Amino acid sequence: MTSLTPAKDILPPPTERSTVLGWMKKNLFGSIGDTILTFVAGGLLLWLIFAIVNWILTKAQWAAVTDNLQLYMKGQYPASEDWRLWLLMFLLALIVGMAWGIFLKRAEAVGWVLLIIPVVLAVWLITLHRESWWRFLVVDILAMLGYFLGKRYPKKLARPTYILLLLYMPLVILVVRGFGENGFMKLVGTNLWGGLLLSLLLAVFGIVFSFPIGVLLALGRQSKMPALKTLSVIYIELIRGVPLITLLFMGQLMLPFFLPAGITIDRVIRAVVAIIMFAAAYMAENVRGGLQSIPKGQYEAADVIGLSGWQKMVFIILPQALRAVIPVLVGQFIGLFKDTSLVALVGLLDLLGIARGILANPSYIGRQLEVFAFIAMIYWVFSYGMSYASGRLETTLGVGER
Amino acid sequence: MSRKLLVLFLVLLLAVMALAACGGAKETAAPTEAAAVTSAPTATEATAAQPTEKPAMQEGEGMLATVKARGKIICGVNQAVPGFGFLQSDGSFAGFDIDFCKALAAAVFGDATKVEYRPLNAKQRFTALQAGEIDVLIRNTTWTLTRDTELGANFAPTTFYDGQGITVRKDSGIKTLQDLQGASICVSSGTTTELNLADQMAANGIEYTPVVFETADETTGAYLDGRCDAYTTDKSGLVARMSMFPHPEEHMIMDVTLSKEPLGPVVRQGDDQWFDIVKWMVFATFQAEESGVTSQNVDDMKNADDPNVRKLLGTEGDMGAKLGLDNDWAYNIIKQVGNYAEIYNRNLGPDTVFNLARGMNSSYVDGGLLYSPPFR
Repeated sequence: MTSLTPAKDILPPPTERSTVLGWMKKNLFGSIGDTILTFVAGGLLLWLIFAIVNWILTKAQWAAVTDNLQLYMKGQYPASEDWRLWLLMFLLALIVGMAWGIFLKRAEAVGWVLLIIPVVLAVWLITLHRESWWRFLVVDILAMLGYFLGKRYPKKLARPTYILLLLYMPLVILVVRGFGENGFMKLVGTNLWGGLLLSLLLAVFGIVFSFPIGVLLALGRQSKMPALKTLSVIYIELIRGVPLITLLFMGQLMLPFFLPAGITIDRVIRAVVAIIMFAAAYMAENVRGGLQSIPKGQYEAADVIGLSGWQKMVFIILPQALRAVIPVLVGQFIGLFKDTSLVALVGLLDLLGIARGILANPSYIGRQLEVFAFIAMIYWVFSYGMSYASGRLETTLGVGER
Repeated sequence: MSRKLLVLFLVLLLAVMALAACGGAKETAAPTEAAAVTSAPTATEATAAQPTEKPAMQEGEGMLATVKARGKIICGVNQAVPGFGFLQSDGSFAGFDIDFCKALAAAVFGDATKVEYRPLNAKQRFTALQAGEIDVLIRNTTWTLTRDTELGANFAPTTFYDGQGITVRKDSGIKTLQDLQGASICVSSGTTTELNLADQMAANGIEYTPVVFETADETTGAYLDGRCDAYTTDKSGLVARMSMFPHPEEHMIMDVTLSKEPLGPVVRQGDDQWFDIVKWMVFATFQAEESGVTSQNVDDMKNADDPNVRKLLGTEGDMGAKLGLDNDWAYNIIKQVGNYAEIYNRNLGPDTVFNLARGMNSSYVDGGLLYSPPFR
């Protein structure tokens, strides 16, 4: 905040700024040209909105979406094992609720939006006469329970929440995959993982594993050891020089020929590894940008207080460097999430792959628009969610302010 | 603040490393687990992958043993071809090609559900077959000399006789191949259609612009958007796609056939017993239709007087044993999946949106090309 208010920020008289009409007169109908432009643009906008709403409500046949909700969400994952996925969702709601209560302490508008989404989904499922609607309400209840618990006992619950957050991912894999041939939590092969479940798993694993590898590569590239530096540069430039789809094809097509006969690596793992390799190279370059933004004085200051090279990096340089590149990293995560749809081209049934399979069903032939609009919306919701979360994180950490 | 952040960061970094190690361990654990389950047939899979070294294999050592030990067939399919392979709302695969995967499982295990479907794209399919990732490829694959020889593949009898056709707009006035002079034609990449088109047009001295796309959806989309004057693929595909067009009546399939497209199951070279099983699985569906055996009457037909039927259904002789299967292998195919006519009608016939005429895909007694050698 500056102490002096610039001239342009001085507010006009109340009559001009407080009424809608006044605002419109100034901005929309200021001159004849403005008026014509307003009418043309407004007409086009109205026509466009009308056409879209009309299509959504009357022309579109949403059966291709509503009949196959299960498929979009979890692919061919057996229905008898659905409870495992719901259990994970319940747990996530509880953890997020607790974390919210402990660290944010306020409900905030976003929190309400997050709570409203399951209610909307539940109502939607009721109108579709699905039995599983109540589960979304359980998600909400658990989230709120977690929130109040977190707020009530922030000290006691902080540590368990951290641990749960860290253990959540391995737990997801364990529960989704299962173990043993029969009985409780039987093995569900990755060939049955699909839909949004697969897309999210690919994205989350890609993000979580590529991050540390990328940081190490970035440090390697900055290193003074020639071998380390050369290796890092070669890796980064090699991987950045090819498109992701090439890596995916290499994993699916060429890898089997290099493996000894009889040993096959799971197709999903091959895709995940390709995604991690690809993302790590880009991550490295982004992190390097952050490293280079740190003034030399910081290195010197760290040297002066007698920190070792390793301590200097971990305690002084990296925290500042990573903070500086949060917007770039999140941009990359969003890109990565959307890039997972490329695995549909190598025959995995992720959200896009499932959509293509459904479109070939004679019952839903010709419903491309509806199906693709639906999955586009799912991609948008998650991408925007990530974008918003990063915005919040930036504000909290004060990125851009010094 | 910074101190807290640093600790948090360190903890996260360590945890992620630990996770990476966990994940790594899992990755290596998965294949060894798989290897342990099928430890016995691993060696035979090796020989199957290198057919030139050990062409002759003893009975019970080859693919059949591998498949039986695994407990399911891995079938390479296409998950996005209307009528041939698609996903149903309950998550199961269905379609003409899928039914032949089921028939193979019925023959081997007596249970048509013991199939793992592996969706493949056009470029992946032969690699997956060669690398031993799938046991059989039933993915509308055209039988050609090059594929039969150079790709190390063996083609089982054709299950669907197709031919490449061209769809144009009725108002374009295009009637013959010559009318396509200077036209742009939409075609999918990596398929024989692209090559056939080039060959046929070159043979007729017609110049055209190919507009190439990765998937059939994109190809038809581009054609409908007016980016090309014509759209070519196999006639079965044209019919299926035309039924999805917003105004099918504005388009027509030209009366030219650019190619022969015999589509059928494919197996790796080097295991004759497995090849025989796949071949006779197809023949069993032909023979059942010819002899009038359907999934409905198969139990009665077991006691029919016709010795051919009795041998087919395992009441007499031990045809199954000769293949290394149970004698009721063909009975299981017909009971659980059906004869050829049932499979065809279920997926492509008059009750479906495609309503494809049988044409060449009729039994030879009806003037078609489906002919099974005798079951004796």
